[in-house]
Amino acid sequence: MEDTSGILLPRIRGERRWLSLAWPRRRQQDRWARRSMALLTLAATLLVPVIAVALFLRARPILAAVPLKDLLLSTAWHPLKGEFGFYPFIMGTLWVTGVAMVLAVPPSLLTAIYLAEYAPAWFRAVAKPLIDLLAGIPSVVYGVWGMLTIVPLVEKTVAPVLNRALGVLGLFRIDNPTGYGVLAGGLVLAVMVFPIIIAVAEEVIQAVPQGLREASLALGATRWQTIRNVVLRRAWPGVMAAVVLGLSRAFGETMAVLMVVGNVVQVPHSVFDAAYPLTALIANNYGEMMSIPLYDAALLGGALILLLIVLAFNTASRLVLVRFLKPG
Amino acid sequence: MIASATVVLGSLVLILATVVYKGISALNLDMLTQVPKGGYYLGEEGGILNAIVGSLCLAGGAMALSLVFALPIALYLQFYAARSRFAELARLALDVLWGVPSIVYGAFGFIIMLWLGMRASLLGGIIALAFLELPIMVRGMDEAIAMVPPALKEASYALGATRLETAAKVAVRQAAPGLLTAVLLAFGRGIGDAASVLFTAGYTDRLPDSLLSPAASLPLAVFFQLGTPFPAVQERAYASALVLTAIVLGLSLISRGLARRLNKHVIS
Repeated sequence: MEDTSGILLPRIRGERRWLSLAWPRRRQQDRWARRSMALLTLAATLLVPVIAVALFLRARPILAAVPLKDLLLSTAWHPLKGEFGFYPFIMGTLWVTGVAMVLAVPPSLLTAIYLAEYAPAWFRAVAKPLIDLLAGIPSVVYGVWGMLTIVPLVEKTVAPVLNRALGVLGLFRIDNPTGYGVLAGGLVLAVMVFPIIIAVAEEVIQAVPQGLREASLALGATRWQTIRNVVLRRAWPGVMAAVVLGLSRAFGETMAVLMVVGNVVQVPHSVFDAAYPLTALIANNYGEMMSIPLYDAALLGGALILLLIVLAFNTASRLVLVRFLKPG
Repeated sequence: MIASATVVLGSLVLILATVVYKGISALNLDMLTQVPKGGYYLGEEGGILNAIVGSLCLAGGAMALSLVFALPIALYLQFYAARSRFAELARLALDVLWGVPSIVYGAFGFIIMLWLGMRASLLGGIIALAFLELPIMVRGMDEAIAMVPPALKEASYALGATRLETAAKVAVRQAAPGLLTAVLLAFGRGIGDAASVLFTAGYTDRLPDSLLSPAASLPLAVFFQLGTPFPAVQERAYASALVLTAIVLGLSLISRGLARRLNKHVIS
């Protein structure tokens, strides 16, 4: 039906269009659109709790069968005998993530400070897309790179050198000469979290009001003094949030880590030991989990642990960032 | 600081160099145009067309599925809920969702499949990947639509257009380049993700022929070929990794280029 009451709109693609002024019908459309879009938005908002509840329901059999203390603190992992101790896997995740953060935080923060405070405009224009590119590389490609470059590097160079220099410390003892282990996993993960920490930290540092810098410089402080005492002090919560976001990414990373950490069920004691993070456990065993009683509940429970930890980290850091980056 | 920046950018160069250098020697036309034949995993004839097509179907399907949800959500956040408490909460939830590990999406997709009584299939993979792509797409679109000049919206309202009309006919055109970038970013994330399709899409040597049959994917092709003890097959894993990297990097270049050309309706 042709609407004749209306306003003639400018030509778009050569055709004339009318904006209908049949007011009630159009308002009704608007109202329906608002309702259905609100519903979709609500659904997306509730997705996180829905995922958590779904995992919890599937994991309930194992929570009923094994006391939580044993589940989290026992080292006995024998699915066929019904023993599910997550301790080695939790420790594996903590070790790999810890090493990754120790390696990733200093260079990422320094790069972020450089990009935000020192770098000439042309360098920023080149570097930022490249750093985004680093974030876009698929994790399995990181894994391939880890196997081809990092593992031999650890095996042939890093391990012997560190062991000779610091071998008296248990942390650098070599019981596993293959190169596949915590350090290799940590190195690969460190590169994977660079772009996250850099992007967020840079944004946070840039959000520090220019006036503060100018005041400090006007008092005779050098650039570095200004950055350390004024900019970073102000940006501190946001920078921490950036680090925590990187941490939670490292926590949940699966494929790349799985390919380089060695996957031996044990609690690592040295950075060269093989580890078996929680994510790798889930990914490696999904195939047989339906055929052994309680195994599926245990693995999905593992996913639940992972989700809850990541949720806590993420929510905390996002809340800090929202407050920090709020305009005005 | 310059040294740190060099470390960061150097690792990018090192990764790309390693993948190209190792992958290029095993890469040939057969790899790209054939499916694995008998004995492929022992080092004989065949290619990874199954994985290339499978990955495109998975990521493309997930892109289409999450687009259906993402655009309305982004428009709602910008036009109807602009600064409300609810919008803030939704944005927070989406940001948190962005950080959820892909293996958790895989596990969640798997639970949905059990619940629906489905087997590992293209559709299952698409659903799991759509969850993964949704927050990336919404937040990208949200930011793109936020860049639409307020004067343009006001002009539209002044002509008597409703919010829906302004959102769908004015803002979407103006924000088109940004929306496209968000969609392609999500697609690139989807195609590179392995952990979520591991549970849900399965793996097969054939091309996917229906939504309910299993589908191969490039990341898993890399992973499985690396897992074989034969050097010839491992070489092919490197070549597959190169193909995957090329697709992802190509996409990000294309999205930059397209975003610039798609500005026909953009008023600057």
